[in-house]
Amino acid sequence: MKQISIAVLGIAAMVALGCGDKGATGSGDTLGGRIQADGSSTVHPFTAAYAEEFRAENGGVSITVGESGTGGGFKRFCRGETDISNASRPIKQEEMDLCLENGVEYIEIPVAYDALTVVVHPKNTLLDTITVADLKRLWEPDSSVQTWRDLNPAWPAEKILLFGPGQASGTFDYFTEAIVGKAKSSRTDFQASESDNELVRGVQGSEWALGYFGFSYYDQNRETLKALKIDMNNGGVGPSFESVENGTYQPLSRPLLIYVNKKAAARPEVQAFVHFILDPANRDIMKEEGFVPLPDAVYNIAREKFDAMKTGTLFGGKEAVGLKLEDLLKAESGK
Amino acid sequence: MAVDRSLSNRYRREWIVRAGTFLCAAISILTTLGIIYVLVSESLGFFKEVSVLSFVTGTKWGPPNDYGVLPLVSGTMIIAILAGCIAIPLGLLGAVYLSEYASEKLRNVVKPVLELLAGIPTIVYGFFAVTFVTPQLKKILPDLPAYNALSGGIVVGIMILPIVASLSEEALNAVPRSLREGGLALGATKGEVIRGIVIPGALSGIMSAFLLGLARAAGETMAVTLAAGQLPNLTWDITQSMQTMSAYIVTIARGEAPAGSVEYQTIFAVGLALFVITLTMNMLAQKLVAKYRLKYG
Amino acid sequence: MDNVTVPKQDLSARLPIFRIFKERLFVVLCIIGTLFGVIALLLLSYQIFVDGAQRLSWDFLWAMPSRHPEKAGILPALVGTLWLLLLTTCFTVPLGVGSAIYLEEFAQKNWLNRLIQVNIANLAGVPSIVYGLLGLAIFVRTMSLGKSLVAAALTMSLLILPMVITAAQEAIRAVPQSYREGSLALGATRWETVRHSVLPSAFSGILTGIILGLSRALGEAAPLIAVGAATFVSNVPKSPVEEGFTVMPIQIFNWSDMPKRGFIENAAAAIIILMTVIIVFNLLAAYLRVQARRKTRG
Repeated sequence: MKQISIAVLGIAAMVALGCGDKGATGSGDTLGGRIQADGSSTVHPFTAAYAEEFRAENGGVSITVGESGTGGGFKRFCRGETDISNASRPIKQEEMDLCLENGVEYIEIPVAYDALTVVVHPKNTLLDTITVADLKRLWEPDSSVQTWRDLNPAWPAEKILLFGPGQASGTFDYFTEAIVGKAKSSRTDFQASESDNELVRGVQGSEWALGYFGFSYYDQNRETLKALKIDMNNGGVGPSFESVENGTYQPLSRPLLIYVNKKAAARPEVQAFVHFILDPANRDIMKEEGFVPLPDAVYNIAREKFDAMKTGTLFGGKEAVGLKLEDLLKAESGK
Repeated sequence: MAVDRSLSNRYRREWIVRAGTFLCAAISILTTLGIIYVLVSESLGFFKEVSVLSFVTGTKWGPPNDYGVLPLVSGTMIIAILAGCIAIPLGLLGAVYLSEYASEKLRNVVKPVLELLAGIPTIVYGFFAVTFVTPQLKKILPDLPAYNALSGGIVVGIMILPIVASLSEEALNAVPRSLREGGLALGATKGEVIRGIVIPGALSGIMSAFLLGLARAAGETMAVTLAAGQLPNLTWDITQSMQTMSAYIVTIARGEAPAGSVEYQTIFAVGLALFVITLTMNMLAQKLVAKYRLKYG
Repeated sequence: MDNVTVPKQDLSARLPIFRIFKERLFVVLCIIGTLFGVIALLLLSYQIFVDGAQRLSWDFLWAMPSRHPEKAGILPALVGTLWLLLLTTCFTVPLGVGSAIYLEEFAQKNWLNRLIQVNIANLAGVPSIVYGLLGLAIFVRTMSLGKSLVAAALTMSLLILPMVITAAQEAIRAVPQSYREGSLALGATRWETVRHSVLPSAFSGILTGIILGLSRALGEAAPLIAVGAATFVSNVPKSPVEEGFTVMPIQIFNWSDMPKRGFIENAAAAIIILMTVIIVFNLLAAYLRVQARRKTRG
């Protein structure tokens, strides 16, 4: 048995060493504690990137970021399990009710704009633009579109391999609402995953694939994906920083938000983290990750709102389809 | 300094140890009961909304509308069969070589390699499928999608190969030498003896090895999640993406479905189906082994 | 078969050409079957080295995960894995060895003990993801341990227990009966006999089983995903009850799933580290097994 205890001691020493090293990296800061975030996988790279940069300055704070999807994230958030909920759509009525039931109050902070991007394989030369009507035909429940020929008689009868986010995803909710007309109303015979990376790999590797996910995932993999222009009777506009900023990429532009638990917002490490996200000096972090910054005025209002601990949502439990930046700004400054 | 301990003290200690070790052993029973209880009780809520019959016979899996488990079962089975197509013949041939032809020296090299192969984490096989097998297959089948059952089946086949080989080898070794000698004495070649006498003699042991390998393939998770993708697909086309039962569970669990929600319950219902299928295969395998032991005792 | 000595047959002298051909073909097929595993292992190792070797460095071991693949490291996963190993050992060793002692030394031949034995064999075949579901429902939810390392380690212990018990039973069974009889004859109780005669002789065999069990635990990812290992963990776990942790196989899974080439290299590098540990474990087990055999034979 002596050998075992030696082995156990050895492992314990290594663990202790690991912990010790971590303490050493936090250089003379005073902040500590843990921040737990969960929710949208579209927002995940955003929060994870800010968490990483934040921790470079505040090594004592530990941050975990899950990706349960917007819906999954809210379910945990409204039970008080997480401090921050990442959301790719505004909070819904039933989620507001759940929060109320559990006494969870929240501060709503818009953090970036996203262009929900429809992508195909780069070798797919059939199309550069897709109409909203065709997208609807393709994705509506019990859609009869199986092959590319079903979409356009001139195209080959190759099966369309569809990739999209899963049920718990806010991106799924938003896309179905904006394209099909009703949230969560979608065909079910497609590859669904809460992990957008899986969707990217699927479209990258399958010549006849079509999928949709947040702009950031397209932006990070531009050379291996082809984004389609979306034609809403305007000839088609492709997703880009500009088309989101000037509001022409419709109907798939949408705000991304984080919700902060009011109780957690009183903690210094959470305050510091939220301020870090809203700080104009850190705007490049989101651009690098493929998120479109909101106008500075929105961040200023958001910061005032956060510091004043104003709770509640501006969206009244509804989807924000067709909402432009200016509208959001007006809505923000209106309160 | 051995203090004279009273006898009753020693007996009490004896009793405590017996009871203690019995409790340890009872944990295994509790584990089984726990598994069954958890799977059944969590699925009950699910089966209140979806009838067992439509779950078992439904051909379309697309929560939250369609809850027919057959596409997941077929995905699981097709990948297990593909794996079997690789592991069963190669594993058996390898076992024959190791047991009948190989020198002691060679065996001492190959067996540790097989053991190591068996010890490789399944996630590593998944990585191998994604970075090597699928790209290689694409050179032969240019239209192959990124996620496909074929690549998953191949790596799972490599994964279960050591199990099939080592269990088959055990079965072959247990065939009495006298049978081999009898065959040789009748003028048969060594190969003929192996095919005509040794393999048939070890058949139930070999079948059990096959079954255990297939059961393992059916329960495999990480490699198929990475390689075969997430499309519930009732098809025989192995170049297509297929979702297995285990891959479905892992995908939903990864998204952390909240307790009590239907998604949360579905993973237990699918888990129950997987448990029943693999348990049946395992029990069948054990039956075969028992029969085999009876034969050569 | 140990040392089957079949007289060398001079095939060409006695057999028609077709039978000779069949004979040779069969041997070749058998060799292919044997070599397939070896080749697969070589290919796999080669592929992983090509992808991952250049990423190996101390920095990689000591850095946190990052969105920049070239800056990312595995520290939280590494420490998480060490914690998991430590805790799993603590839970598994007493339970596994205790069960084996009971089954081999104390258990009477009755239906209950036969049931336990059959049950252990069946548990060994239960898919690991099902253990994950058990852990999720019992440890994470019912016992409200949360998505912590303790819950993960308990789940992992249940998963490897059948392996450990079976190996320990074999080791105990291999101890010659005479050892026990000698001790009992000297007036020792059954437990005293087990403790002073049986366990010391079976020690290395039992240790082998434990090491192999832990080596399995080291590589399992699926049950931990069900128990809730997180995707982005920026800190080294400070205590085993803290929520949110990650381990090496999960980190590898997350990286393998990423579309960017850099992360694939990271995954490969992490695999090299994980595999090194597993190979060391396996070698240790092989060494102990040889020792154990020498002991019981001698």
